[in-house]
Amino acid sequence: MPVTTLNGQEIHVNEEGFLTDPSEWDDSLATALAAQIGITLTDEHWTAIRFLRKDFEEIGETPTLRRVSTVGGIPIKTLFVLFPQKPAKKMAYVAGLPKPVGCV
Amino acid sequence: MTDTDTAPAIVPSFGSGVGTGRKIAFICSKGNLDMAYPGLILANAALGEGAEVHMFFTFWGFDMINKKTMGDLKFTMLGNTATHMPQGLGGFPGMTAMATSKMKKSLADLQVPGVPEFLEQIVASGGHLWACRMSADMNKLTKKDLYDDVEAIISAADFVELTEGAQLLFI
Repeated sequence: MPVTTLNGQEIHVNEEGFLTDPSEWDDSLATALAAQIGITLTDEHWTAIRFLRKDFEEIGETPTLRRVSTVGGIPIKTLFVLFPQKPAKKMAYVAGLPKPVGCV
Repeated sequence: MTDTDTAPAIVPSFGSGVGTGRKIAFICSKGNLDMAYPGLILANAALGEGAEVHMFFTFWGFDMINKKTMGDLKFTMLGNTATHMPQGLGGFPGMTAMATSKMKKSLADLQVPGVPEFLEQIVASGGHLWACRMSADMNKLTKKDLYDDVEAIISAADFVELTEGAQLLFI
């Protein structure tokens, strides 16, 4: 697994760039990760990211878009606005989690 | 140093952010519960990957967007050897209802929504729903009989035109 440097800290990532150790993640790293993909985090982004982190901690896997909507309470439309094109993967990336594996 | 290497930040490739340029069209021609899902799941996945998605409902696929039937699609063992049950069983009264409720439960256990709710999610994600003109005429159905988010009833030629350059999947 490669080690990469971002925001002045070394992080472990997979070949695509997703963090492999969620414990290396913190708020300031999230801001830096978001900047890497052209996103400036707003409160709405943070609501989604906090849900992802909490759900991952409880369930052990990254929630799908549907789960962020039905359980996290953020409408799908909003998620597509906040994280355009590929919301599920972008959210996971910024939250320092693996890509979601669920189909729906 | 260990065997890891330190390099500039690796960033996943999420495309340019102004559209992936990929366009996929799904032709849904079946009205069985089990055959409704491949189109719904793939269309939803395609939207999540940033593709432009069009779904065209034709023939039995109309049951997926007909307000009267869309929430009540059925699964039958009859003619489906993949259930690995004696085919004769499928013909007994109540077997289709039982098979349907079992499949619905399996789907619900995986948090997969029912057909109307799935279409709602697809539309919220930016997907386009189209109904086939001939199927509507054959069944004497009009726009008001169909799921509200169906954009229009269009001809086969219209569909071919609006999916120019798209990848096509017939289900």
